[in-house]
Amino acid sequence: MNRACRGIVPLVLIAALSHAAPAAQGTDAGGFIQRWLLLEPIRVPGQLTESAVRTAVENDFPVTAAPLPHDGQTLTVGDSELTWHMVETVNYNVNLYHFAYALNRPTSNVLFWAVTVVNAPRRMSGVRLAIGSNAASVWWVNGQEATALYNDRQTVIDDGVSKRLTLNQGANVIRAAIVNAGGATDFCARFLDEQDRPITTLSATVAVR
Amino acid sequence: MSLVSRFSPVAVAAACVLVVPLAALDGEPGLHDPSTVNVENGKYYVYATGRGLPISISDDGWTWRRAGSVMQAVAGGKPGPEVIARGGNNTWAPDLMRIGGQYFLYYSAPGTQPKSAIGLLVGKTLNPESPDYKWEDAGPVVWSDGVEDSNAIDPGVFRDPTSGRLWLTYGSYFGYIRLVELNPTTGKRLHPDRQPANIAINSEASIMIFRDGWYYLLVTHGSCCQGANSSYNIRMGRAKKVTGPFLDNMGIDMLQGGGKLFLGSGGRLVGAGHFGLLDLGDGVQKFSCHFEADLDRGGVSVLEIRPLLWRDGWPVAGENVKAGTYAIESARTGTALELAVQGIPVGGPRGRGGRGGAAAPGAAPPPPPAPIPPQEASQVSANWPAGAVAARMAAYMVQAQQQWAITPVANAGGYPGSPFFRITIAGTDRTLAATEDRELIVLPAFTGAPEQLWRIDQLADGTYRLMPKAVPNSQEPLALSAIGSSMPTLARFNPDSDRQRWNIRTP
Repeated sequence: MNRACRGIVPLVLIAALSHAAPAAQGTDAGGFIQRWLLLEPIRVPGQLTESAVRTAVENDFPVTAAPLPHDGQTLTVGDSELTWHMVETVNYNVNLYHFAYALNRPTSNVLFWAVTVVNAPRRMSGVRLAIGSNAASVWWVNGQEATALYNDRQTVIDDGVSKRLTLNQGANVIRAAIVNAGGATDFCARFLDEQDRPITTLSATVAVR
Repeated sequence: MSLVSRFSPVAVAAACVLVVPLAALDGEPGLHDPSTVNVENGKYYVYATGRGLPISISDDGWTWRRAGSVMQAVAGGKPGPEVIARGGNNTWAPDLMRIGGQYFLYYSAPGTQPKSAIGLLVGKTLNPESPDYKWEDAGPVVWSDGVEDSNAIDPGVFRDPTSGRLWLTYGSYFGYIRLVELNPTTGKRLHPDRQPANIAINSEASIMIFRDGWYYLLVTHGSCCQGANSSYNIRMGRAKKVTGPFLDNMGIDMLQGGGKLFLGSGGRLVGAGHFGLLDLGDGVQKFSCHFEADLDRGGVSVLEIRPLLWRDGWPVAGENVKAGTYAIESARTGTALELAVQGIPVGGPRGRGGRGGAAAPGAAPPPPPAPIPPQEASQVSANWPAGAVAARMAAYMVQAQQQWAITPVANAGGYPGSPFFRITIAGTDRTLAATEDRELIVLPAFTGAPEQLWRIDQLADGTYRLMPKAVPNSQEPLALSAIGSSMPTLARFNPDSDRQRWNIRTP
């Protein structure tokens, strides 16, 4: 079992467990969001320039405009029927390679969609979404694009950081599109406060069936 | 300043500088033997050798103006009678320090050297326009009789941060650099009956600073007052006790002529002397000195302010930023500031470069690969958006969107030692600017707005702090900050972090 993402091998088990309300916070001591809904990968050309990533994200499947998915929900993209899976990583990052490999899905030249709901105990202004991704990625907070990274790259904590933004009290929807060309692929995400410190008071939830 | 002469060249320098084109500091920086720069209510004050101790004032540390003389605010308009009796009626090379609610201003009052005295003036404010402005004669503090191994000129005041004790160093070539302790309440000698300590020889313009358990004695060697023929240079030693022994980097005692070079001549400036520390807080230190000859100003002597760096336990003279094209690299992340556009590899997309090596047996060696010319913005900017573009950071790859022209802006003011700069993508007018949401943007053109003007201070470790002159709708001083590997922003400067430290490298 890959320790980085325990939702990989026992996906069915995780999916079954997820029908119960998760007790854990869904974030770790470093503020990293560990609970996500991942859509099985969509085949894309795998080019990582800004224009190519924009094309893939905006044209292939406009998840940002779709209703919030839930675990086990399926949808058709082109000729493929793809499923949303709830996963929880035990590490700071989510390993998309093992996620796709375990499902016998392609790992190269693919687009992954990730969604989670971050719950804030109060309205928080001046915070930033801080992410790392392998490879390119685009991120939205409550429907507004927050940050993006392009070109071939490895996941580095706090690589891409948004401008200052405000989290609503309660639910805030985080969506991400990660494009991989080949090899390893993963991502990590957390929020930083005004002083550039990780926010550890957030929880993450996803919709279950 | 040496025994040779400091009379006529100074007067000539003071007269000439008013009409000489500007090169280093702006305005009227012509002076000789400057005091330590003092800051009061945001204004910068320097005092120098000359009739009545001429005053120079700056609102920003960059543009200087002459503002009369100290003795205009002293009863009688000249050194007090006891000072004249111990020394003479000249007024040279002052130094001053604020202690509590008053300033102690020490000045050289030589007669026929080495008969000389150092007089004390006491005042409440440096601002000549203040109703409280005046200087009171407090008499001589130390003197030399013309025979003893001392020439009591060139005072340097030092307050020991570890104890609060106040000290005065003085002397010039004839005999020793000497040290006496002062009374922080009166500014006079604390123990006038004690013999001064000898701490260096063959030098002048002494002053002490302290850092990390070391006392540093900075003095000036060489000859002064001969324009571009002056060999003036600043040297230093360090000691664990304020009384010495002060040893240089080779272990030679400054009492035996030792002294590690701090700053000599360079560029268009000849003959550095009279070090003074200007500590701006937040770990940002500058030093002041004068150069005997500014070749861009006809060889007159001028005030200079530069960054003070520290390396291996020694002060190092930094350099103010010069106009040029640079990569701006985060000390935190190692990534470089860039215009957020799709980069194009230098030379265009191509595969792996050749690996060289010998030709096949019998085959003619292949021709050497042709060099790939540098990438210019004009070659790759056709698809760049015409309007404002975000700034971001990325691995430095020698590409056009990563190369910044740093250019001084005339008549826009400045800060200690430098004018404000504009920062533009080289070969374009695309200008880095602060936004009202405390972020960064690259505007299509430079307009001179304060959020487009940048202060660039070199820090003690040689990295740089970049601050916009103003942030729209904000009074908070903010610095360019690496919030992540790919994201620059503006944040309050934290001297204990690499977030706001940048390397400015030749691309």
